[in-house]
Amino acid sequence: MAMSMVQALNSALDVMLERDPNVLIFGQDVGYFGGVFRVTEGLQHKHGIRRCFDAPIAEGGIVAAAIGMAAYGLRPVVEIQFADYILPAYDQLVSEAARLRYRSAGEFWVPLVVRAPYGGGIFGGQTHSQSPEAIFAHVAGLKTVIPSNPYDAKGLLISAILDEDPVIFLEPKRLYNGPFDGRHDRALASWAQHPTGDVPPGFYTVPFGKAAIVRAGADLTVLAYGTMVHVARAAIEESGFDAELIDLRTLVPLDTDTIAASVRKTGRCVIVHEATHTCGFGAELLAVVEEACFYHLHTPTERVTGFDMPYPHAFEWEYFLTPRRIIDGIKRVMSV
Amino acid sequence: MRLSLHIPEPTSRPGDPHDFARLEIPPAGAIPQPRNDVSPADIRDLAFSLVRVLDEADQAVGPWDPKLKPEVLRRGLRAMLLTRAFDERMFMAQRQRKTSFYVKCTGEEAIACAQALVLDRADMCFTTYRQQGILITRGYPLIEMINQIYNNARDPLKGHQLPILYSARNYGFFSLSGNLGTQYSQAVGWAMASAYNGGDLIASAWTGEGATATGDFHHALTFAAVYRAPVILNIVNNQWAISSFDGIAGGEAATFAARGVGYGLPALRVDGNDFLAVYSASRWAAERARSNLGATVIEFVTYRGEGHSTSDDPSKYRPIDSARHWPLGDPIERLKQHLIAIDAWSKAQHEALTAEVTQEVRVASNAADAIGTLGTSRPPLTAMFEDVFGEPDARLARQRHALGL
Repeated sequence: MAMSMVQALNSALDVMLERDPNVLIFGQDVGYFGGVFRVTEGLQHKHGIRRCFDAPIAEGGIVAAAIGMAAYGLRPVVEIQFADYILPAYDQLVSEAARLRYRSAGEFWVPLVVRAPYGGGIFGGQTHSQSPEAIFAHVAGLKTVIPSNPYDAKGLLISAILDEDPVIFLEPKRLYNGPFDGRHDRALASWAQHPTGDVPPGFYTVPFGKAAIVRAGADLTVLAYGTMVHVARAAIEESGFDAELIDLRTLVPLDTDTIAASVRKTGRCVIVHEATHTCGFGAELLAVVEEACFYHLHTPTERVTGFDMPYPHAFEWEYFLTPRRIIDGIKRVMSV
Repeated sequence: MRLSLHIPEPTSRPGDPHDFARLEIPPAGAIPQPRNDVSPADIRDLAFSLVRVLDEADQAVGPWDPKLKPEVLRRGLRAMLLTRAFDERMFMAQRQRKTSFYVKCTGEEAIACAQALVLDRADMCFTTYRQQGILITRGYPLIEMINQIYNNARDPLKGHQLPILYSARNYGFFSLSGNLGTQYSQAVGWAMASAYNGGDLIASAWTGEGATATGDFHHALTFAAVYRAPVILNIVNNQWAISSFDGIAGGEAATFAARGVGYGLPALRVDGNDFLAVYSASRWAAERARSNLGATVIEFVTYRGEGHSTSDDPSKYRPIDSARHWPLGDPIERLKQHLIAIDAWSKAQHEALTAEVTQEVRVASNAADAIGTLGTSRPPLTAMFEDVFGEPDARLARQRHALGL
């Protein structure tokens, strides 16, 4: 069944609301209106106001209430309207949700999903474009998930809701309505024409900790997640090199086996992410590659990332990673 | 006119005479008790008054008298005495280096103990580190508390958590964070879940007056008001947040109960050293919550009798012995005198009970000592790697293996 990423996420929530009476959804504008990106559209109408309702503009309060609910035994799925707005909830996520199981020696735990649209390419400026995955991946006790297509988005979100621990579920908003590949001067392709836009209407899961090999290749390995999977793919095709493209799907848990096997085979690696460079998740990936593949590497690994600055509004397509900068990175690792 | 910045300061510092003139104390029995389905708008004045039941002659008077049977009062007295004896023993244990840290609740025992007697044992309490009286009143084994305080081999929290930050799910006692304010809003979420589920349990949220300044406090009141969550929002105003007097949290300008008024929540301000007033106000709020009428804010006015913790020296910032001059007295002494005044208690019985609870604490303490104290006994090192996630984590397996475990 053809679905956009928005529709696939909506379907995941619909399936889980139907399946488990303990699942409930709340967040800003998610109720009657269905959310600013329409991910919860129709869910209140179908499942009742008790299951899907609006919340005050207080991200720290939303997450705190959800922690209390999860500790009670419910499975709250909360929406933070933009990942940029998640920081008021950071203390609750880091100091509370992530640690409750540990500090209570397993007496209490937090089956909570925090959904948040992240990433750039929408002329959203500093407050609607950031990619904060690294500040969650760093925290012991949290899982961090970033899908790159409708099929994975639904399967991973269902896995997140079934998970017994808190999951940060970052949705690449630039992919909501089509597989955007960074070539902003072209018409956006449709998920309906994309193989991963064919989404089963019912229940299924995509497991955590299993990366996807999007494209097999022999020359080099490209590691990416979220929107950058599509941008990297476009770059690979344009570069003329036979790159193996790996979509990480989940940063925590991380599929280090798939990464290691690929880089040992190719001997070269380019790491791509939208987020700022310094202490980005690419630094962790670089360390994983170094630890697991050092004696197999022909060239130093390249990180192609966002610049170390706040997201600039007027320079969207110079800041946002387009295939051009990734091609440059590929050429650098292939030049030796 | 040139501007000047106001920095609040308490009325007395070390060496100054004791000055509690800012506390207005109405006579016991003077405050009316509304029906608990009253509209919050009709009882706003209760946020600025002080509900008191025990009068100068140790009699229970007025509409807030809960009219409890003497055996309930004696249970409360015993719980308070046991809590105080436990605190004394654990304070000494810290001085003897059996643990790194302890916090007493001396002078505040009535608040936790009375509310614990009101609540159902499964009502979930999201406490601060100064409501050990709830666990003790609910009969949680003292030795389990001490094992946790010592982080010894039988620590129920496997050495994962700082001393006194207990967790006791089966006793309706939520895992203590140690961060201030964060759990106040979680309590509201727990209460929302109970309502969502159509259950009959309520939550009890706790903060000191100092942490009412946190955003979490205001999130809690917003969510509690918006969703009519069945929760009691307790504020223990013990006048001090470590060395900061209540004025630093905003206590000069308004009462802490008054925080509730702006949210449209019913708000009570109660003599926290008056066991009967605490019981009565807690029961009023619990019945209101259980009737699906939502949350109540209660400010309990009390006084932190001792230092903030074993790491604190209050003589550095407030007059020595200030607790003895606190005009609302001592909660144990007041309930004892009331029981004697109604011929339900005697000095001899009181001495016997004090000896009994002291012995009970000694027995538990000796048993915990036999297991071991901080540094002499601890859970197995493998426990360090447990309970990060519900499922095994490959990173932790590697890290554990690297330690040779």
